[in-house]
Amino acid sequence: MSAVPAGVAARPAPAAEDTGAGRAAELGPRARLWPSLAAVYRAQLSRARVARIPLLFVATFQSVGIMIMMRGVVSGGGEAEYVVSGASVVVVAYVALNLLSQYFGQLRFSGGLDHYATLPVPPAAVVLGAAAAYASFTVPGTMVTAVFGCLLFGLPLGNLWVLLAVVPLAGAALSGLGAACGLLAPRPELATLLGQLGMSAALLLGVLPPDRMPEAVRFARDLLPSTYGVEAYARTFGGSPNWAYVAGDMAVCAGVGVVSLAVATWAYRRAAVR
Amino acid sequence: MCAVRGLTKTYAAVRGRRGAPGTPEVRATDDVALDIRRGEIFGLLGPNGAGKSTLVRQLTGLMRPDRGSVEILGHDIVAHPERAARILAYLGQESSALDELTVALAAETTGRLRGLDLRRARAERDAVLDELGLAPIAGRPLKKLSGGQRRLACFAAALVGERPLLVLDEPTTGMDPVARRAVWSAVDRRRAEHGTTVLAVDRRRAEHGTTVLLVTHNVIEAETVLDRVAVLDQGRVIACDTPAGLKERVAGEVRVELVWRENAPMQVPEVAALRQRAVEAGRRWTLRLAPEEARAAVATVTGGAAFAALDDFTLATPSLEDVYLALGGAARQGLVRA
Repeated sequence: MSAVPAGVAARPAPAAEDTGAGRAAELGPRARLWPSLAAVYRAQLSRARVARIPLLFVATFQSVGIMIMMRGVVSGGGEAEYVVSGASVVVVAYVALNLLSQYFGQLRFSGGLDHYATLPVPPAAVVLGAAAAYASFTVPGTMVTAVFGCLLFGLPLGNLWVLLAVVPLAGAALSGLGAACGLLAPRPELATLLGQLGMSAALLLGVLPPDRMPEAVRFARDLLPSTYGVEAYARTFGGSPNWAYVAGDMAVCAGVGVVSLAVATWAYRRAAVR
Repeated sequence: MCAVRGLTKTYAAVRGRRGAPGTPEVRATDDVALDIRRGEIFGLLGPNGAGKSTLVRQLTGLMRPDRGSVEILGHDIVAHPERAARILAYLGQESSALDELTVALAAETTGRLRGLDLRRARAERDAVLDELGLAPIAGRPLKKLSGGQRRLACFAAALVGERPLLVLDEPTTGMDPVARRAVWSAVDRRRAEHGTTVLAVDRRRAEHGTTVLLVTHNVIEAETVLDRVAVLDQGRVIACDTPAGLKERVAGEVRVELVWRENAPMQVPEVAALRQRAVEAGRRWTLRLAPEEARAAVATVTGGAAFAALDDFTLATPSLEDVYLALGGAARQGLVRA
């Protein structure tokens, strides 16, 4: 019944020695930040093929649906710009905030973090690699949403390239928040809940034009990092956008991204050793 | 190479909430002391809940002990838990970090995160996958594999980027005999090998190769592959010796197992007497008896009314499971023989 080869069993016991040798052995190499970040990023991207495609489709489908609904309410002009811009950024919020929060929540509670914690990899590499991958997952959906929205509302497509800056910056801010939520939530269901709530907030406060909102809601909107991504893209539809404001909005996203990713890295470190 | 002293970890009591019962304070490891020698396969044997995984998590820097010290190859792991990752490779019970990767990418990524450059990680990945017979399924995601194959793939990831200490938490769970054999011959080859990067510092010591700390609740595996074994029960080490040395403690005994068809024939006085010494599990009785007593018991149950009620019986020399029970191990279930 034993599945162990005889040769393994019949072996002299090793010599007793060395337990108090005193001299510390040389440590194995540490994984450096950028190569390990690249390795985590690549591994996470490959997960999209196995696990993420249906959810990416949902993210895009949801945003397209919202725009079709809003078509009945909003006729065009400035309000339409916010709808298209908001719906595009919601894709980022759905994937980077909601799905990443769920992912880290599940990883932590299933014990999957042990795998990374017993490898000599910098915590920032794990968090940034996963965040970057999730931000990348949003690129196709965001583009499809923006193009569809522009065609639907008759808006120009010339400023689409702005999304190439908006997606990574808003992605950094939202995926940092998502990772922090997932790693700090005391239970996995709470991680899911926080991610969902964040996504709902980005949806409600991002897609609706701000002019119609009451003062308190507008204040809440200003607190949400995704708002600045929405603003940045919405500003560029006009004939001569104020690029200083656009840059300012993006700087807010970048700042929130740096802070939230730093918090997420700290949360990872805390979650890895209990 | 690994010295553990006075290691204690207590899980705080959890108060019951909304009808859910609370759990009392649990001492998961209780003043544990161990010495693991270089080059040996050292085992932690115990039933589920004995504290094996908690102990291993403290040795691998994943959990801080409340008290005590862990020293591996001269490094204080309690003070510097992050050093553990540079000394040892750990195969935990969970694969969720790798589940959605292909077998090849799981091994390669793990090697990269163990500090190998891309070329080296790929070369070691290919060598390990070949060695374990995983090459044909290298392109399949772990979550699409059977439990045993997935375990083997995780073991492959643990081997990429060699370390002087391998910590394996129930590595062969769910594996078929072929996969188990692959695991043990891979472990054996690493033990025999000379000069891994770390050990090359000292050629003389290098001859001893990789050390393995194995967590298991499988007594057959423990008896056949381990050089020495620590038996854990309720967070304490109740014995530590070679498997043969441990079995000598119960050498004067024979294990008798009786399986009744339905109910034991209690009208037979000898059977009623045996019951007081039996550990019962449904229709199955397990007895540890002196050889003459065993002979008498077998004579009783193979004749007359008792034989009519008997479904099956076995006589066996004692195993580590009997050692565990003889040492006062509290759990009556949880160790497996497979």
